[in-house]
Amino acid sequence: MTTLLTPVAATLPRARPALIAAWAVLGLLALAALWPDLLATAPPDAVDPASALAPIGPDHPFGADQLGRDVYSRVVHGARLSLLIGLGATTIAVSVGALLGVLAATAGRTADEVLMRITDVLLAFPGLLLALLVIAVLGPGPVNTTIALGLAAVPGYVRLSRGQALVVRESGYVRAAVVLGRSRAAIFFRHVLPNALPPVLVFATVDIGTALMASTSLSFLGLGPQPPTPEWGSMLAEGRDYLDSAWGLTVFPGLVVTVAVIACYVVGAHLRARFEGRTPGGR
Amino acid sequence: MISALRWLLRRLALAVLVVLGAATVAFAALHLAPGDPVRAVIGTLNPSQDLVDRVRVDLGLDQPLATQYGQLLGRLVTGDLGESYQLHRPVAEVIASEIGWTAQLAMASLVLALAPSVLLAVTTAGRRPALRRLSTVLELITASSPTFWIGTLLLAVFSFRLRLFPAAGGDGIEGLVLPAAAQAVGLIGIFTQVLRQSMERALDEPFALSARARGTGETALRLRHALRHALIPVVTLSGWITGALFSGAVVVETVFSRPGLGRTLVTAILGRDLPVVIGVVVVAAALFTLINLVVDLLYRVVDPRLREQAA
Repeated sequence: MTTLLTPVAATLPRARPALIAAWAVLGLLALAALWPDLLATAPPDAVDPASALAPIGPDHPFGADQLGRDVYSRVVHGARLSLLIGLGATTIAVSVGALLGVLAATAGRTADEVLMRITDVLLAFPGLLLALLVIAVLGPGPVNTTIALGLAAVPGYVRLSRGQALVVRESGYVRAAVVLGRSRAAIFFRHVLPNALPPVLVFATVDIGTALMASTSLSFLGLGPQPPTPEWGSMLAEGRDYLDSAWGLTVFPGLVVTVAVIACYVVGAHLRARFEGRTPGGR
Repeated sequence: MISALRWLLRRLALAVLVVLGAATVAFAALHLAPGDPVRAVIGTLNPSQDLVDRVRVDLGLDQPLATQYGQLLGRLVTGDLGESYQLHRPVAEVIASEIGWTAQLAMASLVLALAPSVLLAVTTAGRRPALRRLSTVLELITASSPTFWIGTLLLAVFSFRLRLFPAAGGDGIEGLVLPAAAQAVGLIGIFTQVLRQSMERALDEPFALSARARGTGETALRLRHALRHALIPVVTLSGWITGALFSGAVVVETVFSRPGLGRTLVTAILGRDLPVVIGVVVVAAALFTLINLVVDLLYRVVDPRLREQAA
């Protein structure tokens, strides 16, 4: 099942230089998201007709767009929104998914059966179709994109955390808690949930990359943040009209997405590899 | 034979349930949505109340929800998916005219993705560490590149710079190459990994040893014996692949301004064209369950052990 959600993670390069580079990329992205002015050379919406569609040069390392806005600065400022959507969607997916998954594993056979059959049906759908359906209901926009991507990823996490919880449920300390007469809720929240969660969280680090890629795709389709907000996917969509004259408008935002996704995958796969030996039952 | 028939009937019933579930979820979701679809249909800023009321009655949106739901199910049984708010054509007709474009794109992408993946897997499985490492890096990059970016890059290079392919539309093969390639790139990394892993497993099997003992050459062993086994996991992934191809089509059809189901869906979502959204979701659900059913059926044909087990 692991292979189904993020099929690349199995045999990623685990060499030290690759890992260091990936962490460096994530650090830079975090910096750009928290204090964009440290890295950017201009405000993201500073219009300058004189340098409209300016080529790549010392003033505009990635060129300038049709309104003369500096593409590099817009890419830097775009980090915040793109990362927020990716992180937000993954947080929604993990919290809802883990809660439902652990519930399915502990709440008895009927609840388990019902939850898992629904999950199976939803898993049969591609995530993007589910996300599109949610957006059809909620309407476009950054917050709705986050919710849509988060909800679309929930079924996978239900499956994953249910599996983890089933392992934890059979462990000595949970049995001891049952013997000690702890209430169902206490066992659920104090013992099963916290112990089933770590492997799920490790898995989620890889998924942040997937969510990031999906969120930029939705923005590209015009369903995410609307212009003039700097966001990687919508920047690329805007730049498409100038493919002939100014290729930097589309190449650089896309490149940043790719590099960010690779960094998430490499770091996530590393964390997972380190964790695998310690998980109860292993994965 | 009887047990196989019973198995098939049960699976068909389940498939019908899934499609019904999809229709119900889509219906419920879209009617819970904020905003009045009637105003979306009319489109003008300040329609008169009279017009709004008339359109509402026209679309049947004045009926109670339960009646509307019943009507939806009733029409579904006869294959009627309602009429599009924006295109003023039956949804079934819209989908029928678009699905061919998407299917054509999906088929072409699949071929373009499988050919290099098989080649890479056959040449790198269990040997040539340098080439293998290079292939792993390539797989990572292709799987991490968003399809809309790959598509745009292909357009920039092959349509605008080299002028080899049309930038938009284009009938026949030359209009299909770039969109299919854009979609294939993302799949190549995943296919290669899956194929190589199962190929390496196959090469460890006793039948590989026995073939080697008979003096079968390494290439013949890989192509004639191991590859067949290596392809089974790809069949397992069919459901996932179909989903990936559909998701890809949503993006690729927009990038290349191609007609197709994906673009129809995006346009319908942006225009709040509820019948089209529900229609595409229902058809997609039917398609996914059908493919899963066919895959399971194929398994039973390939592996007789499953026949007794599942019955």
